[in-house]
Amino acid sequence: MILLQVLAPGASTTVQDRGREGWRHLGVARGGALDPVQAALANRMVGNPADAAVLEITLRGPTLAFDAPLRIALCGARIDAAFIAADGTRHPVPCDRPVALPAGTLALGMIRRGLRAWLAIDGGIAVAPVLGSRSTDLRGGFGGLDGRALRAGDRVPVGDSAPPQVGPVPEAPGWWIALDPEPSDATRVRYVPSDHALALPLSRGAWRVDPRSDRQGLRCTGTPLACPPQDLLSAPVAPGTIQLPPDGRPIVLLADAQTVGGYPRLGHVIAADLHRLAQARAGDALRFEAVDAAAATKARLRRSAEVARLEWAIDLMSPEADIPCA
Amino acid sequence: MTATHCERLADDALLLSFGADSPPVDPDTNARVHRAAARIRAARLPWLRDLVPAYATLAVFFDPDAIDAEAARQPLAALIDDDTTPDEHATPGRCIEIPVVYGGAFGEDLDAAAAELGLTPDALIARHSAALYTVAMIGFAPGFPYLSGLDPALALPRLATPRTRVPAGSVGIGGAQTGLYPRESPGGWRLLGRTPLRLFDPTRETPSLLAPGDRVRFRPIAADDFARSETWA
Repeated sequence: MILLQVLAPGASTTVQDRGREGWRHLGVARGGALDPVQAALANRMVGNPADAAVLEITLRGPTLAFDAPLRIALCGARIDAAFIAADGTRHPVPCDRPVALPAGTLALGMIRRGLRAWLAIDGGIAVAPVLGSRSTDLRGGFGGLDGRALRAGDRVPVGDSAPPQVGPVPEAPGWWIALDPEPSDATRVRYVPSDHALALPLSRGAWRVDPRSDRQGLRCTGTPLACPPQDLLSAPVAPGTIQLPPDGRPIVLLADAQTVGGYPRLGHVIAADLHRLAQARAGDALRFEAVDAAAATKARLRRSAEVARLEWAIDLMSPEADIPCA
Repeated sequence: MTATHCERLADDALLLSFGADSPPVDPDTNARVHRAAARIRAARLPWLRDLVPAYATLAVFFDPDAIDAEAARQPLAALIDDDTTPDEHATPGRCIEIPVVYGGAFGEDLDAAAAELGLTPDALIARHSAALYTVAMIGFAPGFPYLSGLDPALALPRLATPRTRVPAGSVGIGGAQTGLYPRESPGGWRLLGRTPLRLFDPTRETPSLLAPGDRVRFRPIAADDFARSETWA
């Protein structure tokens, strides 16, 4: 078993996989990677099963040291990445393709466009599963690495796998494959409106992403939607649910959100667009576009087809030989 | 009796409404929700991923690759409509007894709450622990139960300034509800006591002590017994 030494934790780095299904009735969120497709693509590039645990990186990545060669892949938003060899030389590490690293240090820096990236390592992050998943439940304080984000000094276990044959510098194929290669700073998300009176006015608002957003929810700033106070019984919610709190600024619930809520519900962001919220940075413009359920299904199937094409391409290209990274 | 409304909650979830969406909580509606959830669970639908009962609603999470929302509505409607009168299908359910040390360091708000209600602390303890409560739903945090059945005369507004730390296992009253904090967290409820039982342990096969629909009774125990009480195994 290889241990990654966390020299620097990054802004918010957590162990995630596809999440834990089936426990919402006990108040346990599904959790998991905010873009499970990107995590799965990174896993495929290194030869892991789709649901192997990865590191989810937000804004600024960690610095990890390891004393054996590793095969890794970085997918999602482009992140500054460098390999530091034992002799101190730095070599760039590219994204969107498998990279063979010699023993040394992987220094992940800033994400400049978009917000999140996923680091897959051949063998998977080998923390113990809890309730069927290795994802980190921050609210419950369990799962992942002790139910919390990475800290300097942590040692993160990686599962056994055949170490890559690699020379003194990182090696990667000449190809790269990316879904959503160009995150934009203006995010448009489609939603299916509820029958609430303010469900459609939501789409007329010019919103921005509030800096207080996190894995539990994306908060919006903008001209509040005036809503008469309502006293509602708590009811189930889901990732994608759009809530309207008393201050009139919508919140879109994400993977780590509470399982029930008492705020009025304006509708839900379609599954095919949730990944856009994972890349929305504080201050980014955000618009909601109302669609119907049929359009949501069509979008979901279309995205699944895109993903299937990329998976096929990864499988096709994988046997190609690696070359040293410049 | 039928669900009054079925709407989409997400691309992979439906929300069924069984009654009014605003307070007060109707225990009969909540009982119907739990009976419906039990029938749906017993039907072992292959596409079902999760069932989340709440006060007056039931969320059904399904595998969107196995079925679409429209096709799921029919079998669900049939199961929901199959509700016979409560007497005929009275499931005994579980009654969980929760030992509680009331007052003192274990329930810092007990004396003040009693005074506010015009009761002695002992009378408040007696009335709080005399009732049989129902786990109307679980949410807010893993294992956090919303208990219905609080004597309306014991309702207390939340603290104006919530505590930043409420100890795990604390039993409190917030508005017209009573409940327990499974884990240390901030909270604004009035703290009456604390239980040594672990409400939620994700490493256990049954991670939550309580399940939606369970009955709950509080049993006062002495402070000396707090450490000696059997932790839930």
